[in-house]
Amino acid sequence: MSNPPAAQISGPPAVEISGLVKRYGPATAVDGLSLTAGGGEVTAVLGPNGAGKTTTIEVCEGYRSADAGTVRVLGLDPARDAARLKPRVGVMLQAGGIPPAVPAGEYLRTLSRFHVKPHDTAWLLDIVGLTSHVKTPYKRLSGGQQQRLSLAAAVLGRPELVFLDEPTAGMDPQARHATWDLIMALRADGVGVILTTHFMEEAERLADHVVIIDHGRVVADGAPAQLTGTAGQLRFRAEAGLDTDSLLAALPPGSAAKESPAGHYLIETPGGTVQPALLAAVTAWCADRAVLPSSLQIESRTLEDVFLELTGKDLGA
Amino acid sequence: MTGQPITGPLIAGEPVQPARPGTWTPMPGAAPLRRMVAAQAAQEARQLLRNGEQLMLTLIIPLLLLAAFSLEPLIDFGGGYTRIDFLAPGVIALAVMSTAFTSQAIATGFERRYGVLKRLGATPLSRTGLITAKTATVIGVELVQAAIILLVATALGWAPNARWAAVVTVPLLVLLGTAAFSGFALLLAGTLRAEATLAAANLIYVVLLGIGGVVFPLTKFPRGARPLLELLPTGALSTGLRDVLANAVVFPARDVVTLAVWAVAGIALAARFFRWE
Repeated sequence: MSNPPAAQISGPPAVEISGLVKRYGPATAVDGLSLTAGGGEVTAVLGPNGAGKTTTIEVCEGYRSADAGTVRVLGLDPARDAARLKPRVGVMLQAGGIPPAVPAGEYLRTLSRFHVKPHDTAWLLDIVGLTSHVKTPYKRLSGGQQQRLSLAAAVLGRPELVFLDEPTAGMDPQARHATWDLIMALRADGVGVILTTHFMEEAERLADHVVIIDHGRVVADGAPAQLTGTAGQLRFRAEAGLDTDSLLAALPPGSAAKESPAGHYLIETPGGTVQPALLAAVTAWCADRAVLPSSLQIESRTLEDVFLELTGKDLGA
Repeated sequence: MTGQPITGPLIAGEPVQPARPGTWTPMPGAAPLRRMVAAQAAQEARQLLRNGEQLMLTLIIPLLLLAAFSLEPLIDFGGGYTRIDFLAPGVIALAVMSTAFTSQAIATGFERRYGVLKRLGATPLSRTGLITAKTATVIGVELVQAAIILLVATALGWAPNARWAAVVTVPLLVLLGTAAFSGFALLLAGTLRAEATLAAANLIYVVLLGIGGVVFPLTKFPRGARPLLELLPTGALSTGLRDVLANAVVFPARDVVTLAVWAVAGIALAARFFRWE
């Protein structure tokens, strides 16, 4: 997914974390984590549950203090410079935060009084598809609607940077796509976005920059294309049970071939790029056996593959 | 707001029209503190008015007690008071306790549980601003309570026996009582789970209603207990208000000092132990 370049923003990075450590009693939630998120970019923070994503974000939001290391958000210290920083940052918590009995429109109107140039709340409710729920108390909104109200609250004050903690969790696919459109519109107008997510597709579509965290440390950091690397895989589908040993023998040295699941064949060139000779060798081998693949693709690894390899866990788990 | 492009709703079946470029251009800034506090105080007042149990606690119970105990000779109050002269100051003390302590503890406990306090912590409204807004709401509710109790008590024949100094000493007692009750309300709400706060705040309310000199005179308790009961915040507030409004005392020094000590202790404990999430 190639995004147009982010709006050029001068000044300090959106977030700069260096050697962050955060402990809860004997447990170390964040263990010497460093990362830099550019201003006006979308940075996706990925990691299995308990990896330290939310703790890291909450230190940036000023909710928790660091046990060691430095954290700068828009060049400011989130603890010491809270009063100057908070007006410039929008926050969407993972869940809750809105009084259950308060109607959606009333909640946004009160919050809008905290900002000098808030968006019009009726317009904003329309943008997030809640116009017909102006008078609906928060507790009677569906999970996805609650998320959308929370998203509206995060962007209400025209912030420079928004932290979105799993923004599309609980949304139906349509609302998820609409939220992605909104995030891209924010980015196009120069708003920095830091989001955590469990959805690989979300990170692949939106992020200029992906950070994968595991056990409180950064295990991968870069643009999605950097992380997934060059097109190093060839996949084809054909009848099940072909002899992969003989296939491997026909391939250039250093290749790997396996069938998983049945009928799905994967050929990898570790660290390399699929060359025309490899494709020729595969098709020649198929032709010798009168096998016609029903599909054949040359592709890079997905973020999901990278994630699985680095953390040994499924993202959704 | 003018000049905003109106795009189609995201969800209602229509494809999303991308908003005009520049729609989301950052223009952040905190509103003046006074406007933030006023908005938050109004929000808290609306939440309170919407909540039937809170209204029950802050208005209906005090008025019922005032009416029931003044119309029927249920208790001999002693001390040469008419029933309404004894009851009106006690019921004012009860109203202060119900708003500043019970109602505030329960509301804040659930706000903490639902992450409302946490989310407010990410807005430009500072914690001092939030506490100021809560205090303004409590005092606003107390003014409404006082007006209604005064009206009802007057209709029931209340004739205060007070000096002019009461114009100062009554607000002073009420403010000190409010500060003391608020401190302990926030101490409960900021340390216990929401359900435990609910239970504890209600229990303490009922106990202090019984032993705080609200409707049952402290003179009816055993001799040794009375000085202790007058040192409780409810006892000090009801005794002080009764001295000023029924006994024409100029300055109820002991009760003022007692309430001031409770206020300092409650606020200091709340400041030390309150957890925002």
